[in-house]
Amino acid sequence: MAGRHKISIWFIIGSLLLIYGVIIFISNVYEWFFPSQTRTIVLGELHFGVWWGALLIIIGLIYFIAFRPWKKSVA
Amino acid sequence: MPGNLHSHLILLFANPSSIMSLGWVDSLLIVIYFLFVLGIGYYLLRFTKTGDDFFMAGREMTAWIAGLSFVAANLGSLELMGWAAASYQYGILATHWYWIGAIPAMLFLGIVMMPFYYICKTHSVPGYLKLRYGEGASQLSAVSFGFMTVFMSGINMYSMAIVMKVVLGWDINFSIWVSSLTVMVYVVLGGLLSAIFNEVLQFMLIWLGALIVPIVGMIETGGWGGMVARIHQNFPAGDYTHLWSTTGSFTDNPMGIHWTGIVFGLGLIISFGYWTTDFLVVQRVLSARDLRSAKLAPIIGAGFKMFVPLIVILPGLLGLAVLPGLVGENDKQAIAAGAQTYNEVLPLMLARYAGPGLLGLGVTALIAGFMSGMAGNVSAFATVWTYDIYKPIHLKLTKNEGTDAHYVKIGRWCTVIGVFVSIGTAYLVQQFASIMDYVQALFSFFIAPLFGTVILGMLWKRATKAAGFWGLFAGIGSSVAMWALVKLDPSALKYVALSPYAKDMAENMYRALWSWLICVIVTVVVSYMTKPKPESELVGLVRGCTEIPSEGDIPFYKRPIVWATIIFVVFLALNIIFW
Repeated sequence: MAGRHKISIWFIIGSLLLIYGVIIFISNVYEWFFPSQTRTIVLGELHFGVWWGALLIIIGLIYFIAFRPWKKSVA
Repeated sequence: MPGNLHSHLILLFANPSSIMSLGWVDSLLIVIYFLFVLGIGYYLLRFTKTGDDFFMAGREMTAWIAGLSFVAANLGSLELMGWAAASYQYGILATHWYWIGAIPAMLFLGIVMMPFYYICKTHSVPGYLKLRYGEGASQLSAVSFGFMTVFMSGINMYSMAIVMKVVLGWDINFSIWVSSLTVMVYVVLGGLLSAIFNEVLQFMLIWLGALIVPIVGMIETGGWGGMVARIHQNFPAGDYTHLWSTTGSFTDNPMGIHWTGIVFGLGLIISFGYWTTDFLVVQRVLSARDLRSAKLAPIIGAGFKMFVPLIVILPGLLGLAVLPGLVGENDKQAIAAGAQTYNEVLPLMLARYAGPGLLGLGVTALIAGFMSGMAGNVSAFATVWTYDIYKPIHLKLTKNEGTDAHYVKIGRWCTVIGVFVSIGTAYLVQQFASIMDYVQALFSFFIAPLFGTVILGMLWKRATKAAGFWGLFAGIGSSVAMWALVKLDPSALKYVALSPYAKDMAENMYRALWSWLICVIVTVVVSYMTKPKPESELVGLVRGCTEIPSEGDIPFYKRPIVWATIIFVVFLALNIIFW
């Protein structure tokens, strides 16, 4: 929904999810290989953060590309 | 960083009594979130020129945007923290507030009531009452709504500050001021447009941040069956996992409620009152770009609302399974000995499962929930105050209508004032024993009688101007009187709630039912004693006097009634499955 606004809310959401996804994915991959001992997470061996970060990247990319403001509109 | 400031920040962010402390990745996510919401407000400033832009988001929202915003505005602190705590306290019975306590009313709003709200082009619910009944009922509802809104906003802030204190050790004052000033900035800049855009963003974050707990929790407990088995093992005396089968008697369920209270008090009165007349949520739908979108928005909202228990109720139930030692906030002895309260169940569960980044995402989801609720309250407050309270007074005093730009300016100032009054309220609500029960009490003061006044106004031509005012006045007055009576003499509970065993929530449901009935009876009696408006003045306001525009030749799968029917069938099925 861009309406008279050049930037769609869905594009903004996609951008934020993409940024979040990249940060969460990278930090959890790092944690997987270089685990810190700060606190114990239940089921930490599942490395849920890696998969959740990847999911955010996928969802974010879909919104980011589908609602990009520089997309050429079909006449 | 100067030494003093550094020490101060350490004290602020790293309280040793908190559940956890955030890593830099978590903090980064929160900072990015704040930059985004402020950026949205700044970006939308250029599109917020007229009163319609500021107060009604230009009336150009799609059904999806309006529908998601409709649900997100309600996803405040109550939903996330309060209902997770309530589900730990009352079990799956808390789900009634999401299903019978929401879905039928949301569908009714979309199919039956929205055409009247939308066709008369009102700015607000009190605005509708002004058109239908005149100044008296409108002013009464505007003033009562104003009170309720700032109380709700204060509750939102307080809840958020408590979460931040418990989870992160943040100072309560710091949390209240930072979050409320952020909301103030983006609503002042972009008005309802900014509030709605941010609510949609917050809605996505809430889901993506909060889903972590039910997913990992279900893996830990071995699915629904495993979770139920653990709950029975932890609490063999109580039944926390059935929706209806324990409600045949007041004493058979943890809430102390009878099914009649749930069906009639919650399902018919509180729910219809809130979802169809609370301007906080209705305002989002009024921003829709056409009537079909306005009708579809609450239906889309109902579809999402039905699944919110996944991220709110399920974490509370999982808490019963894996964290059985949480106590009530009145159990001072246990708390002094180090026990944690069930009000903290959601952040405790988050801390249990969320690793680096995910914790920041979960905390961002909580902040987003609080901010969306607060922004909803503040933007609705600004609209009602500007159009329904300030404008008539301004007109009376100056004999001048005032320019559109003048009202936008007043709306911005009302936003600022609303935020500061809410901050004051946040400090007041700290003394109440249970945040949720208190809010339910507020609902029954104002919302239930208002529903009686609005629904009679929309569906009954004979309802008169005087009846609208006196019915609403009697409903609110009787509700406050019943509440005060039980406070002064607790034995009166057996009359108000039909049982001496009724808990606070049950009492609120029955009080809502009685105050609605009193409102309706007084409205009907006074209507027959006074002269009705001519039908020509009721066009666009009342069923029977208003021609609802046809939906034309759109395919069946785009018709609101089709989707409303599908969602209602799913709602029935869910109730049967979890009977």
